[in-house]
Amino acid sequence: MQFETVIGLEVHVELKTNSKIFSSAPAHFGAEPNTNTTVIDLGYPGVLPVMNEKAVEFAMKAAMAINCEIAEESIWDRKNYFYPDNPKAYQVSQNDKPIGEHGWVEIEVNGETKRIGITRLHLEEDAGKLTHAGKHSLCDYNRQGTPLVEIVSEPDIRTPEEAYAFLEKLKAIIQYTEVSDCKMEEGSLRCDANISIRPFGQDEFGTRTELKNLNSFNFVRKGLEYEEKRQAEVVSSGGKVEQETRRFDESTGKTILMRVKEGSDDYRYFPEPDLLPVYIDEEWKERVRASIPELPDARKKRYMEELGLPAHDAKILTMSKEIADFFEATVAAGAAAKLASNWMMGEVPAYLNAEGKELAETKLTPENLAGMIKLLEEGTISSKIAKTVFKEIIENGGDAEAIVKEKGLVQISDESALLKFVNDALDANPQSIADFKEGKKKAIGFLVGQIMKASKGQANPQAINKLLAEEIQKR
Amino acid sequence: MLEKKEVSIPDLVDESFKRIAAVDGDVKAFITLDEENARKQAEEAQSAGKTGILSGIPIGVKDNIVTKGLRTTAASQILRNFDPIYDATVVNKLHEAGTITVGKLNMDEFAMGSSTENSSFQKTRNPWNLNHVPGGSSGGSAASVAAGEVPFSLGSDTGGSIRQPASFCGVVGMKPTYGRVSRFGLIAFASSLDQIGPITRNVEDNAHLLEAIVGIDPHDSTSANVPAEKFSANLTGDIKGLRIAVPKEYLGEGVSEEVRQSVLSALKVLEGLGATWEEVSLPHSKYGVATYYLLASSEASSNLARFDGIRYGYRAENADNLIDLYKKTRAEGFGDEVKRRIMLGTFALSSGYYDAYYKKAQQVRTLIKKDFEDVLESYDVIIGPTTPTPAFKIGEIIDDPLTMYANDILTIPVNLAGVPGISVPCGFAENGLPLGLQIIGHHFDEKTVYRVAHAYEQATDFHKQKPGL
Repeated sequence: MQFETVIGLEVHVELKTNSKIFSSAPAHFGAEPNTNTTVIDLGYPGVLPVMNEKAVEFAMKAAMAINCEIAEESIWDRKNYFYPDNPKAYQVSQNDKPIGEHGWVEIEVNGETKRIGITRLHLEEDAGKLTHAGKHSLCDYNRQGTPLVEIVSEPDIRTPEEAYAFLEKLKAIIQYTEVSDCKMEEGSLRCDANISIRPFGQDEFGTRTELKNLNSFNFVRKGLEYEEKRQAEVVSSGGKVEQETRRFDESTGKTILMRVKEGSDDYRYFPEPDLLPVYIDEEWKERVRASIPELPDARKKRYMEELGLPAHDAKILTMSKEIADFFEATVAAGAAAKLASNWMMGEVPAYLNAEGKELAETKLTPENLAGMIKLLEEGTISSKIAKTVFKEIIENGGDAEAIVKEKGLVQISDESALLKFVNDALDANPQSIADFKEGKKKAIGFLVGQIMKASKGQANPQAINKLLAEEIQKR
Repeated sequence: MLEKKEVSIPDLVDESFKRIAAVDGDVKAFITLDEENARKQAEEAQSAGKTGILSGIPIGVKDNIVTKGLRTTAASQILRNFDPIYDATVVNKLHEAGTITVGKLNMDEFAMGSSTENSSFQKTRNPWNLNHVPGGSSGGSAASVAAGEVPFSLGSDTGGSIRQPASFCGVVGMKPTYGRVSRFGLIAFASSLDQIGPITRNVEDNAHLLEAIVGIDPHDSTSANVPAEKFSANLTGDIKGLRIAVPKEYLGEGVSEEVRQSVLSALKVLEGLGATWEEVSLPHSKYGVATYYLLASSEASSNLARFDGIRYGYRAENADNLIDLYKKTRAEGFGDEVKRRIMLGTFALSSGYYDAYYKKAQQVRTLIKKDFEDVLESYDVIIGPTTPTPAFKIGEIIDDPLTMYANDILTIPVNLAGVPGISVPCGFAENGLPLGLQIIGHHFDEKTVYRVAHAYEQATDFHKQKPGL
């Protein structure tokens, strides 16, 4: 039987406000355990929360960027449950009246665009972190009270590929609004996935399972791929999918049963009496709306229309605001758009991946990259030399032109100078001449290689090809 | 005494500790004394020549208000070793005003109770008759003032916990408007109802003490942005033309005859001062107790969940696992009444019951609040008894929670409505125990409440009588 997969995602995004959502403690990652805490974060007797307005603004910004309607009155609720990472034994969250509802995100898979609905975006406080050490567990409450938005998608996603595309797009949009770093490795973006299958044509949803421990977008895709196959096998062999929570195991690529859900958890939500409702008027909304920068789709369109980039380039470049901003600055510094795009999509990410670095950690600047591209465009350096220059400027910085001059990397286009390289190569390789005359055109490639090697890559390849063709005939 | 300053601050503080040494063995109002520190502060205040009106006045603080470095237990085993690392906002304000904290006062555990018998440490006794309860939950606060151990104390009032013990002990107790006084540092029982307030021997002292602790607090979102007022400057004795509402429900069934008579006599006194009174109705007040026990317990079930043995306070030993640790810690750390309310509140908030209990109770609360607003549209104050009976005997109704709860029938609606209410002495029962008159005002109109209370007090001499300890 053929099944249709139905996927809904729950994404948690930590907001990068300076202080926590209900206390004055700093809200940044990586401090010594329990140093970014106040009595409020530790849930001491007698403490009260005070709302950080910035967190609400950040949540509004994110909600607007994913096309949500913004509540006029938003209410805080207590979600009650016992766990050592939850110091008050309740999490201040939003149940009935979240900040944003009824939004959407547009994704593109296999050239098709599709709208994925957003059910809601609500604001809440993050919990602390437990480290289990043998018989003991250690509590670190630095993360407790970090503002967090939970974004819940409609069950509109039909394939693991779409889920992947949704997450990439959502991450891009949130990063553009600059309310979060969206770093999965630091936990500032986390994702749980709900997945079920049903026979094609059936309206009701099948029983869903919830996947946890999805620590990268790739693992989300892999976990969902495994799970849709597993559920199909269960149903095809006459079984029933159980409502349960499953954990993705990175080493095996499988999902493993964590717990069976018996009914839904009862969190005994009720309105938080220690906080007032949040009233959001038009003026506040407009002020926040005005602070939202151009978002990826708009930017993509502009790159295609104004810079003449192909759709593929425009999409890849705009997936990260950092990359897109860098690209635009490079063009503004005088680089040709398509060449800048090629470098930003090719050598730059290749270098970053190989070195495990962030763009901001390198010495590359839009100015020195543009300078290098200009030299390339003018023919001052060859693309082979460009790679050398690139490595120099991304690692040590500096001006491309100065580096080229200092290291004598200028491309040799002067015929008399090149002629010597050509004739030296022909003298040294009589066999290649013979091969060529017998019709083996590949011999030219070998000779060009020898010449480039001898000239330390400085020979102008076009000129070499032309001179070689002429000189070989003379032999 | 406030203005004269004829005695030195160390003498005042010394007098307080001497009296505590003499009578607290009987009264048992204090859980913790801070003698060394208090005496040191008294010396410092004296040499600094502090002249504020409250400078050097000894004060007792209810043990659910956190005091930095001074043990704060909420009269519970679960906090029996808890030494706070910060001061409540009211405690900071007291420091600014220059009062000297002599110790922490007994109460019903987590302020749940009406007799202070629910303290897990000791039973406080009524200074007027040691066989009777002082009321609760601020029983230690009222008894310490009545016994002359301290001139001032702070209590907290969620359903009557300042006014009822003030009434039982023959002292003056004010529950301010919700939002008037910061709750930051008050160990929460029911967040939407809790208010800290002053207990003193007379109305003027009470007004001064409230002035010192009011005000919006950036640490408490529910504290109100209303200007601080000089309540004490308005104690003119003039209440001519004052319009008083007397709810028929407050003099009806369940209210003892001697209490009714004392209130009627008080109304005559007020009439003699130029006020007029009329009977009105607060039709939904009969649902007050039921509404209160659902809402307060619901909030409490969540507020008290943090006492889990993980970060501070009592932790059970020999737990097998996390769930076992929670269960043992809370089973051993909380008393019966606290457990009863946590269970009730947990049930009321549970899925499937929320609408019938918590939500319905919120709706009734709105109606009760509206009752008060409707009446107060045409009257300056509402007057009735504070409690239906004088103080009962220790052990008399402790095993009958519903009768105990009914004791708060006249004070609870005031918390639900959020308006201010004061209890002032208005006579004595046949058995010699004090009775209290409750004066209820408009939101944030403590000024009028104090003016009426003061005029009545000046026209009578009940407040001048002292228990024969």
